[in-house]
Amino acid sequence: MAKIIETRRLTPVTTYFRIEAPLIAASARPGQFVMLRVREGGERIPITIADYDRQLGTITIVVQAVGATTKRVCALGTGDEILDVAGPMGGHIDIAPGGHVCGVGGGFGSAALLCLMREYTARGDTTTAILGARNKELLILAEELRPLCTHLEVCTDDGSAGFKGFVTQKLAQLIEAGGRYRPDSVVAIGPMAMMRAVAETTRGKGVKTLVSMDPLMVDGTGMCGGCRVTVGGKAQFACVDGPCFDAHEVDFDVAMRRNKAYVREEKQALDRVACMERRAV
Amino acid sequence: MPIKRAEKTPMPMREAQLRAHDFLEVNGGYTGAHAAFEAERCLRCQDAVCVDGCPVNVPIPEFIHAVAMGDMAGAARILRSANPLPAICGRVCPQESQCESECSLAKRFNPVAIGHLERFVADWERTQPPTATAQITRKERIAVIGAGPSGLVCAGALARLGYPVTIYEALHAAGGVLRYGIPEFRLPKEVLDWEIGLLKAMGVEIVCNVIIGKTLTLDELFGKMGYAAVFIGTGAGLPQFLGIPGENLNGVMSANEFLTRVNLMGGYKFPEADTPVRVGKRVAVIGAGNTAMDAVRTSLRMGAEEAMIVYRRSDKEMSARVEEYHHAKEEGVQFHWLTNPLEVVGNADGWATGLRCQKMQLGEPDASGRARPIPIPGSEFVIPVENVVLAIGTTPNPLLTRTTAGLLTNAKGCLVADEKTGLTSKTLVFAGGDAVTGAATVILAAGAGKRAAQAIHEALAGRS
Repeated sequence: MAKIIETRRLTPVTTYFRIEAPLIAASARPGQFVMLRVREGGERIPITIADYDRQLGTITIVVQAVGATTKRVCALGTGDEILDVAGPMGGHIDIAPGGHVCGVGGGFGSAALLCLMREYTARGDTTTAILGARNKELLILAEELRPLCTHLEVCTDDGSAGFKGFVTQKLAQLIEAGGRYRPDSVVAIGPMAMMRAVAETTRGKGVKTLVSMDPLMVDGTGMCGGCRVTVGGKAQFACVDGPCFDAHEVDFDVAMRRNKAYVREEKQALDRVACMERRAV
Repeated sequence: MPIKRAEKTPMPMREAQLRAHDFLEVNGGYTGAHAAFEAERCLRCQDAVCVDGCPVNVPIPEFIHAVAMGDMAGAARILRSANPLPAICGRVCPQESQCESECSLAKRFNPVAIGHLERFVADWERTQPPTATAQITRKERIAVIGAGPSGLVCAGALARLGYPVTIYEALHAAGGVLRYGIPEFRLPKEVLDWEIGLLKAMGVEIVCNVIIGKTLTLDELFGKMGYAAVFIGTGAGLPQFLGIPGENLNGVMSANEFLTRVNLMGGYKFPEADTPVRVGKRVAVIGAGNTAMDAVRTSLRMGAEEAMIVYRRSDKEMSARVEEYHHAKEEGVQFHWLTNPLEVVGNADGWATGLRCQKMQLGEPDASGRARPIPIPGSEFVIPVENVVLAIGTTPNPLLTRTTAGLLTNAKGCLVADEKTGLTSKTLVFAGGDAVTGAATVILAAGAGKRAAQAIHEALAGRS
């Protein structure tokens, strides 16, 4: 059981949670994730660790209510307990110090940049965060991230905040501009289509690029192999070998197809939750 | 005088047609009359070779004699003195290659049904109030990593020796492979829950959702957490894949994934339980071990119309327990022996539609001592299937070894540990079970856990 210390609704479908998890907070690093389960008979889902506070013994996660389980998570409030929280799982993002690191966050993936920007800025790296959202209402954590990085860019599809356009256009501009704007490495966290577009933007530009893969997972400890991702032609387990991989080596076609394996059942489960919600009202 | 009957007393079991569609236990267990009848078949040999066939040397004639005399409490005590998981081992041990293969009767008749009797005694024991007690008399705290068979047994033995013990489990429920791997129809989870309850009653603390190597390192268990010794029973849970084309198509999965979805996550109760398992009309399971049998029989229970084993060797090289093979056959499982999978074929949407195979013939023995399968040229064919489940073996999980300096492993990723004591390359760190041997049996893991507990006790006693 892990107690929820703080909740904040960031958008109509996205919620920020700070959770009491001292052991995880003590050992978490940027890029890692937790597995959580909200009820008996519930599924285990991987959620990226957005941030951690080693002193307070808390971790932060940001959850978007898109499926049955994430909807159940987002229905929880401050003081509630999450049945199971296990982690930190996976390897952490490992970039040599001294360079310019650019974090690209799409949608609620921006949350994972919190600890990444904080750690890399603190050790003396130049850091840029590029946040993307469809519009201003769906943009999250920009003000929290601003003090954590050297440079912050906001992109919205409709131009309601910041640059009007995609994160990849902004990233391409920075690479073209060169000099102190040009990142040495890029970490992209967000929807698969965005991560693939980032990979194409930096391909051949000599910019090391990592993407945080989010495949279907059952246990998260290396046991099921359901999370295998094709990287450089070889099967890798996202839970133990990743979740961050070299963007230019990842086979996104296979990854996107595999993520759709249970679409029918996911919809069935979601309808069921919606039905129970209606009954409760 | 013992009564010699050629045949084993048959195990009462549920009708194949019925049981193949639900998850209730296949075997019903002996009644008292069955057990007394079967116990009388034991010759009580002076040189009881059956005991040598048991990895933990259960005093078999003694416990069977107690059953014959109607002394159930005595039988239970004798059994448990050697095997801490009798209700489980009575169900899942490969008796035909262990104790029962050595039985003197086996030369001319059926051996004594040692496994069935073990199960009978242990099931009787579960109807009694628990007798196991332990009192904490030692100040050194011990950490056990992994709540599978070896860890549970090691923790129990240490608790009996007076140590405060904490088991750290990575998943949300204890039991290891007994929980996620072996299905309900072969090992009801209430049997496992009873054993775990016994440990808790003895004061063993089980902490789930903690991954040693991630949440805490092995070194932190000593330093930050203050444990005096550690036992590693992390098992062999990493599934192997064949590396054939089409393995990443949707509908292809490891037996671990399939069985975990069903057993640990309750996938057969979807949508009441949240984890789905999609099983098509036809399922091919590659491999012929116990996991393969579990997976293929689970496929039937999940609604597959045809479930089949595909194995590149013949039935003689199959490693599954003979009882599971018989049960699978009765339930309508098909067997493609001497059939080597070459490729999973799929449709335009990326779903598996078939398994392209080639027929094999047996040649000279290979490194494993088993006849080497050799392809027959021009024998390729496609079996139409919607699911392919790979049950071709597992290797030790690298989570702990990757994050622990000085913990030696061999070329196969197994921990290097002393055969007698389980001592690893690190001081006061012991290991046992599949993490050391690679995927093996529950009873071997239990034996290793028990020996390590004794070794830990001796190592700590030598220090204080």
